[in-house]
Amino acid sequence: MSEEKKINVPPKGPRRGPGGPHGPVVGEKPKNFKLAIKKLVKYLKVSLVPIIVALCFAVAGVAITLNVPNIIGDAMNELFAGALAGSVNMDKIVSLLIKVIILIVISAFLSYVQGFILAGVAQKISYRLRRDIYAKINKLPLKFYDSTSNGEVLSYLTNDVDMVSTTLNQSLSQLVTSIVTLVGVLVMMIRISWAMTGIAVLMVPVSLGLIMLVVKHSQKHFMRQQRYLGEVNGHIEEMYAGHNVVSLYNGQKKSKETFFGLNDKLYRSAKRSQFLSGLMMPVMQLIGNVGYVFVCVLGGLFTIKGSISPGSIQAFVSYLRQFNQPIQQSANIVNTLQSTAAAAERVFGFLEAPDEIETGDNKAQNVEGNVEFKNVKFGYNPDNIIINDFSSTVSAGSRVAIVGPTGAGKTTMVKLLMRFYDINGGQITLDGIDTASFSRAGLREEFGMVLQDTWLFNGTIMENIRYGKLGASDEEVVAAAKVACADRFIRTLPGGYNFVLNEEADNISQGQKQLLTIARAVLNDPKVLILDEATSSVDTRTEILIQKAMDRLMQGRTSFIIAHRLSTIKDADKILVMRDGDIVEQGNHAELMEQGGFYAGLYNSQFQ
Amino acid sequence: MGKTLKYYFKRWPVILAIFALLLGQALCDLALPDYMSQIVAEGVLTQNINRIWYYGGIMLAYASGVTACSVAVGYLAAWLGSGIARDIRRDVFAKVTDFSGAEFDKLSVSTLITRSTNDVTQVQMFFIMFTRLALYSPIMAVGGILKAIDKSQGMNNLVWIIMIGVGTLLLSIIVLLLIVQPKFIKLQKLTDKVNLLAREGLNGMMVIRAFNTQEHEEKRFDGANGELTATSLFVNRVMSALFPIINFVMYGVMISVVWITAANSADVNGVANMMAFIQYAMQIIMSFMMITMVFILLPRAAVSGKRLGEVLSTEISIKDAPNARDFGRAKGVIEFKNVNFKYSGGDDYVLKNISFTANPGETTAFIGSTGSGKTSLISLIPRLYDATEGEVTLDGVNVKDISLESLRRNVAFVPQKNVLFSGTIESNIKYSDESLPDEDMYHAAEVAQSTDFIESKEEKFYSEIAQGGTNVSGGQKQRLAIARALIKKSPVCVFDDSFSALDFKTDAALRSALKDDAKDSALLIVAQRVGTIMNADKIIVLDDGEIVGMGKHKELLENCPVYRDIAKSQLSEEELSL
Repeated sequence: MSEEKKINVPPKGPRRGPGGPHGPVVGEKPKNFKLAIKKLVKYLKVSLVPIIVALCFAVAGVAITLNVPNIIGDAMNELFAGALAGSVNMDKIVSLLIKVIILIVISAFLSYVQGFILAGVAQKISYRLRRDIYAKINKLPLKFYDSTSNGEVLSYLTNDVDMVSTTLNQSLSQLVTSIVTLVGVLVMMIRISWAMTGIAVLMVPVSLGLIMLVVKHSQKHFMRQQRYLGEVNGHIEEMYAGHNVVSLYNGQKKSKETFFGLNDKLYRSAKRSQFLSGLMMPVMQLIGNVGYVFVCVLGGLFTIKGSISPGSIQAFVSYLRQFNQPIQQSANIVNTLQSTAAAAERVFGFLEAPDEIETGDNKAQNVEGNVEFKNVKFGYNPDNIIINDFSSTVSAGSRVAIVGPTGAGKTTMVKLLMRFYDINGGQITLDGIDTASFSRAGLREEFGMVLQDTWLFNGTIMENIRYGKLGASDEEVVAAAKVACADRFIRTLPGGYNFVLNEEADNISQGQKQLLTIARAVLNDPKVLILDEATSSVDTRTEILIQKAMDRLMQGRTSFIIAHRLSTIKDADKILVMRDGDIVEQGNHAELMEQGGFYAGLYNSQFQ
Repeated sequence: MGKTLKYYFKRWPVILAIFALLLGQALCDLALPDYMSQIVAEGVLTQNINRIWYYGGIMLAYASGVTACSVAVGYLAAWLGSGIARDIRRDVFAKVTDFSGAEFDKLSVSTLITRSTNDVTQVQMFFIMFTRLALYSPIMAVGGILKAIDKSQGMNNLVWIIMIGVGTLLLSIIVLLLIVQPKFIKLQKLTDKVNLLAREGLNGMMVIRAFNTQEHEEKRFDGANGELTATSLFVNRVMSALFPIINFVMYGVMISVVWITAANSADVNGVANMMAFIQYAMQIIMSFMMITMVFILLPRAAVSGKRLGEVLSTEISIKDAPNARDFGRAKGVIEFKNVNFKYSGGDDYVLKNISFTANPGETTAFIGSTGSGKTSLISLIPRLYDATEGEVTLDGVNVKDISLESLRRNVAFVPQKNVLFSGTIESNIKYSDESLPDEDMYHAAEVAQSTDFIESKEEKFYSEIAQGGTNVSGGQKQRLAIARALIKKSPVCVFDDSFSALDFKTDAALRSALKDDAKDSALLIVAQRVGTIMNADKIIVLDDGEIVGMGKHKELLENCPVYRDIAKSQLSEEELSL
């Protein structure tokens, strides 16, 4: 059993709870059921033919099965007649039974083919949805993720896609066969006896009324149960995650008391909710049985009058069971459809979110690396501009250090340069050309990034470095690793360049990971570099290697460094000082110290 | 299922009552077809309308009996199921709350959360299923078989037909499961793989865009996606044979029964009995299906049960010694005497031969690279872990001989990972004791340099804090965590890299305020930045678990190469000579 390694961020808003026992009598409702289904149908268009074929098979299968009780009933009538007469017409019975065998073989075949086709359709849809969602992840502007957590996107890709696929695989044919069964059985029953059918039909409003009554009452308690379950789980997560603090501050007793209170509330609501939703089955059973009794009695009376045969009672009882089933399931089916629509709504909402817009298609050629900011204005939210009017010229090959307290928005500059976010006013130019006139991909080709958050994936070291230039030969990769001072440690690993990084990429040290991302950037060979210096110190030996590798990497490139080391800051050609999102000062170390402003204050405080 | 079975069987009176009710339900249920055949045999065929009404009335009574029993079972099962869940959840939570660091390392926070939530639900669902189906189905099966034998009137062939039907069905289910089982395991792995790739794509969004490797990523994802699709398609297609097979077997049995009865040229009674026999046959087959269902669900619940059992039977490694001393307010002298430490399960010592004294009124600082053992060292003071060899003492008393409650009251500790709890700023700062006066809270916040940002909030100290403190910045979180520690006014204060998210200015202001506020306490500070600790009374340099230097900044610059390397990488030449 594999265990979840990471806890996903719980999605915002009302979502499916971790389904308590006794299935959800209550599901979540979509905002616009019709629209969601319409979109789903549109998406399903390519599979429309197989779906229709499968449904035809399902209908045919049901229609055929419907005849079976009737024929068996005929056989029984023959038996009764024979028993009364003293000799059974075996030939006729055998021929009837063979007919039944043929019918059930055909219906089993049809039903299997139907399942076979729908499984294909459902899986194809899951595949397409997953593919499209994944592709969409890369097309949305980064801004989108300010308001949508990774956990939510993962939930679209897994839970919601599963929901849609399960519905297609099972519930769709269930829905269609239920309707066909209902109609078909009704016809069959009417053919046997009007009056007996009348009783069966009279039972329907009673059933539906009782179902609604049960649902209405259990709904309230079910919601309450889900809410308390959420609170209990929330408390568990919070206390386990903060376990150290709980122990250190002697909070165990308080935490247990809170938990016991919540747990008792959950217990009481769960008990009620489970009892009430569990009522559905016996109630439906009662209705089924009462109908059964009436049919037997009435059938018996009619038989005496000679209006129907005893075999027909047997047939009618079989039909009655089939008639009740779809009605009993109606609450479930409606519920499933609603949850599916809600899932589809979320998925299509994501797929239809507007993509990152292209504002040009220039591709840079022979870039030197001169970067200029002209009256740049920017805010993550247009109502809240944080960079008000920033201008600065950075000539090719120079080093720019971005400094400022934590939370001052140093990474904003990275996001603007790479056009992960678009500026609200002004211009950023590369060699004098407005970056907005480039295609995003074309622009990003000229930039390289070495972030503190070293993004490595489950794969070999070779593959991870090659990521900087996918077409690179093995020799090029090794050469890049040598420049990045990574070659030596890689060779000490078992398998060398073929050493596989595990899923968490924690089978090499933090410092080694940084060397790999530097190697990646070397291979990428960009004109403009963005570096994020590590805040936490790795062991001193690796630290020296990293510094050396970064120095080599910066040779001949325009570099923007989010700097933490004083030596880096002081060696920079230009320092951009950030505070509360804005750039408040710029200049080199000596100039800024002379100004005696914010930077000087920061610098001096270090040595108080 | 292990230990969780205890929770189930502890409620044996309820289970017994449920069993009795189920028996009643089964008897009533099984009686119905019997009376139907009576209606046919005694009423219809002999044209006796009174008998029909009479048997009809009896059937109604039995039908109500079924419902009454079934409702009562439903009530008891809900009571039983939610009660078991409550008890398991309560015991697991209480146990985990008392865990020490070592147990958390062994089981990890995320699996403990899954165990306390999902696994409990799994076990609860299984017990409810088990009670309702696994108890009921055998009753129905046995009752059905007895009744069927009774109705077969010596036609043993009929009973054999049922056996063959049940056998075919079970065999088909087993074969299908055997085909599918290995793929199920693969399916789980592939699902994990798809999730992993999606998570990688989300986390690496910026890198992927920076390198323009969207297409490459999509191809990688497509590989896993395609494989997942193919595997689950196979599983679904195999499993879609199940329902046609069940249908086929049911009708097959029905046809065979009619055929055999016809071939035996039964009399009128025989034929009426046959009608009842068919109903029993269906009930028997359904019962066996249900029993199989329970066995299909069992492995999953068993895994959950085992995981819960693991938690419940875990031995807690750090707890009060039998004659633990209750400490009032300590003076605050911390001493390490030849301490060696390794994590349980670890091979290598993380700390080797550590000896030093930290005195009240002094600042003792620890520095060293990641993995040098700084955090492990200070974790031994409030007994988050216990020293493997040697001893850690507070005022000369081994910390293992002090009650945990009073030890932790005397040590204010700010961990590296600052966890805030949902509530308000006030409830977080006063976490150690709600009854502390507001003045203490204002003062602690002042020293922790948090008054400004708290005052800038609309509801000041009563502002909401979201779970995990996600609605305040990293620096603010760190300062609130420091205030939470300072309000305790403990004689020993430990800060594990607690100033890292603060800018130089705030860091400096906080340290100078701290010096005045806690001038009688022993301050122990772990830091990454040389600037944070260069004025400490004693700096201890750790490398690979050993003390490689101890003294003041200037002394260490001269005689400790490791310290010099660290300082060099952070400070420039001029600053080094300051």
